[in-house]
Amino acid sequence: MDIDLITNILYAMIRTGTPLLIVALGELVCEKSGVLNLGQEGMMLMGAVVGFIVTLLSGSLLLGFLLAMVAGVLMSLIFGLITMELSANQVATGLALTIFGTGLSAFVGSEFVGKPIEGLDPVFIPVLTDLPVIGRMLFGQDLIVYLSFVLFGAVYWFINYSRPGLILKAVGENPHAANAIGLPVFRTRYLAIIFGGAMAGLAGGYLSLAYTPLWAENMSAGRGWIALALVVFASWKAERVLLGAWLFGLASILHLVFQGLGFAVSPNLLAILPYLATVVVLVLLSSNQTRSRLVAPISLGNPFHARG
Amino acid sequence: MKRRQFNKLVTGLAAGVCISALSALSAQAATPLKVGFVYVGPVGDHGWSYQHDQGRKSVEAKFGDKVQTTYVENVAEGADAQRVIYNLAKTGHNLIFTTSFGFMNPTLKVAKQFPNVVFEHATGYKMAKNLGTYISTTFEGRYVAGYVASQVTKSNKIGYIASFPIPEVIRDINAVQLALNKYNPDAELKVIWVNSWFDPGKEADAANAMMDQGVDVILQHTDSPAAMQAAERRGAYAVGQASDMSSFGPHAHLLSVVDEWGPHYIKTVKAVMDGTWTAKANVEGMKEGSIVVPGFNESIPADVVLHAKELIAGIKDGSVYPFAGPIKNKAGELVVAEGERLNYEALEKMNWYVEGIDSEIPK
Repeated sequence: MDIDLITNILYAMIRTGTPLLIVALGELVCEKSGVLNLGQEGMMLMGAVVGFIVTLLSGSLLLGFLLAMVAGVLMSLIFGLITMELSANQVATGLALTIFGTGLSAFVGSEFVGKPIEGLDPVFIPVLTDLPVIGRMLFGQDLIVYLSFVLFGAVYWFINYSRPGLILKAVGENPHAANAIGLPVFRTRYLAIIFGGAMAGLAGGYLSLAYTPLWAENMSAGRGWIALALVVFASWKAERVLLGAWLFGLASILHLVFQGLGFAVSPNLLAILPYLATVVVLVLLSSNQTRSRLVAPISLGNPFHARG
Repeated sequence: MKRRQFNKLVTGLAAGVCISALSALSAQAATPLKVGFVYVGPVGDHGWSYQHDQGRKSVEAKFGDKVQTTYVENVAEGADAQRVIYNLAKTGHNLIFTTSFGFMNPTLKVAKQFPNVVFEHATGYKMAKNLGTYISTTFEGRYVAGYVASQVTKSNKIGYIASFPIPEVIRDINAVQLALNKYNPDAELKVIWVNSWFDPGKEADAANAMMDQGVDVILQHTDSPAAMQAAERRGAYAVGQASDMSSFGPHAHLLSVVDEWGPHYIKTVKAVMDGTWTAKANVEGMKEGSIVVPGFNESIPADVVLHAKELIAGIKDGSVYPFAGPIKNKAGELVVAEGERLNYEALEKMNWYVEGIDSEIPK
């Protein structure tokens, strides 16, 4: 393997990992508040289709990304209303949201299949892009990739070092105790859900506007589900979400690169690696009850009723 | 659209029980012939399923009130497919097309339960009295694409994004390699399996990985135009698959290998209406208008275009056949002797690479 190849692999790794990272960061914040939203795939697809249509009609990528996020937020609000106001089961509601989003995006986008747009171009940061090996990977990407770095930093700081982050975790661990000391459980959870929706919408927009600038039904192809697995894989830690997203990216790139190089590795085996890794982490976590208690937000998935 | 179609299907279920398929078949022209289509992907994939749906539309355009078509898209291959096909048969459809290889066994099972309904399964090899098969000989188009690729490549590295290692896909890879063997033996064919018919992100990643390794012409046997787009971005060439993908790569698009299902669907509907339909294995290609190669980028040298057109004419009149001997397998053993032609029966079971392909078929 020569140095160019490694540079290219690292570059592609970040690119492939970016949509996963963005969705997973949103879901991480959401789950930290005790809300499990399985509707990632549906929200992503709505973000993708809305972003694409808006950009196609307006010619503005910025507007496309913004409205992709709005679409994600609106979808997440449907989830929020049903699970918070009506205290419906989060798992069932999330699954329904995915099915709904998949169907609705296909319906909305049916007239826009096969239309090309100018996608988001990379922005090279002078000097730094030319660094050997890591230059292209970290400084030769498009703006959304840079934004994902910033988002990671923000989420990491928010969860670990900020006071609102503490409230978020308190709500996720024990909403009743949080409520008793006067923390706004409902508002916190709503904001977390909305953030999750915005991130899923942004990731969807990334797919249809930057990664592969086109709209095709079901184009997220399961990335929302991988992101959900990622949060578990990362045992609810932001830095591990970052690592995991890039690792998943690397695994899926290597699977293609090795074949091109003619290495005799079964592509099927390489294809299952990300999923295998998630299962292994799940097994490790659940093999030790105390440890699993410590990492997952304790009231994850439980609806909250304020007791009078 | 999708939901509406589905509702139609569900509400039609009750009605369908009353109408026996037999009476519907012998009914007068007043009752339209009900034709059902089962797609593996979304009609919006701009590839395989999209193209079948274009065929369905041409049936509607041709026969108007005399037909009533229904389609079910995004049907998973397996048990789900059997349920969908069963429902179509049960709701009085007289003719059902199932359009993916993995629908073969489900179609066969349902066909046995409904002897009076006519079934046609695309790309498979199992038949029954009321179950015929149809396939378009994509390898003819692929051979032409392979020839053009062999002439325009500068790096002598040609990439092929493959979906699943089934005979249809392996056969087409071989057709490209045979064109390379004949027209540019120095060119190397890199095959990358993405284990999916449709995943734009992955197809683009595969295209990029190939271009990183020096590939400058990309062919694909997957359905999204993502690879075409990736090639356009990086100044490489690509060959479109299943539908005309030129809008995704005005500079990159060499040509597309397009399935036109309309001619076959119209012929079959007519035969069922006339009562002349019999179960057979329909193999249709360039001659029948089922495979076309639109495009031909203006950057392709004129003599290459000319020879490509000669190849097409030759394939149409039978003088050119991609799988004409001598053909050696990967190990160098002579499989098809000089002067012989690999017949379609052998092609549809093809599970070996021809000489010149460096990698292995995934097991």
